[in-house]
Amino acid sequence: MDETDRAIINRLQDSFPIADRPYLQAAGELGIPEEELIRRLQAMLENKQLSRFGPLYHAERLGGGLSLCAIRVPENEFERVNEQVNSFPEVAHNYARDHEFSMWFVLATETPQRIDSVIREIEQSTGYRVYNMPKEEEFFVGLKFEV
Amino acid sequence: MVLSKQDYQLIAEIQDGLPLSSRPYTEIGDRLGLSEQQVIERIGALQESGVIKRMGIVVRHHELGYTANAMVVWDVPDDQVDAVGEQLGSQPCVTLCYQRPRKLPQWPYNLFCMIHGQQRERVLDHINRIVESQGLQQIPRKILFSGKRYKQRGAKYQ
Repeated sequence: MDETDRAIINRLQDSFPIADRPYLQAAGELGIPEEELIRRLQAMLENKQLSRFGPLYHAERLGGGLSLCAIRVPENEFERVNEQVNSFPEVAHNYARDHEFSMWFVLATETPQRIDSVIREIEQSTGYRVYNMPKEEEFFVGLKFEV
Repeated sequence: MVLSKQDYQLIAEIQDGLPLSSRPYTEIGDRLGLSEQQVIERIGALQESGVIKRMGIVVRHHELGYTANAMVVWDVPDDQVDAVGEQLGSQPCVTLCYQRPRKLPQWPYNLFCMIHGQQRERVLDHINRIVESQGLQQIPRKILFSGKRYKQRGAKYQ
């Protein structure tokens, strides 16, 4: 990854033009040709440095449900429970964290009502209580990574 | 904003990414039977109404070296949670900040913020600096660093 790749990542996390030649426009701002921007984006997607190039949706405004959930899983059970949890398509991401509440995952469902039923299914499948911690108030969302 | 059937088709069509070609919106339109102008208008409207939070690069932060990812949780008295939430949310290194329900007695924390960094030590420094500069020494907190990442993908829409 070189300076140009970094500039692309820093510039194109916030917004992308909605115009007939959006890559041309963004490339112009970056001072590189359109084909180079497209080629570099392609390469960074292939290298898995980028997860995606496209929209980030607001789940609730799409009518969906979203929640952060946690399970207190003892270390010796972690792998088994983890596999069971990740087998649910509604689990969007899942991280281990260094705490008694050791497994943290996000559920994204097509309707808000589905959250509760998926939680029940996960509890039945794993034998562990799922702690449901949906957001009650949002103070800041600006997830952006400078490179 | 009320979404039409066409909007949902568009939402599903582009969820995995925009075409990497000179006229991506024409290409999307061709697949859905819409003109480029219609696609541009609908995406603009979805963005304006907040259904699309943002358009562009979604990074894999681990692969970019952001491996020290701390979830800092706070047990804030209920009548102070808005003020502390605003305080934390305005710190430049805080990437997300939410109020969430306590789960007593096991989980007393009601305010969550994320701090992503490249080194654990630096992230801890940031947290200490925030605690001091914002006068948050009295508020019980815990720092949960992430270990292994087991899954990362966006939600899927049909």
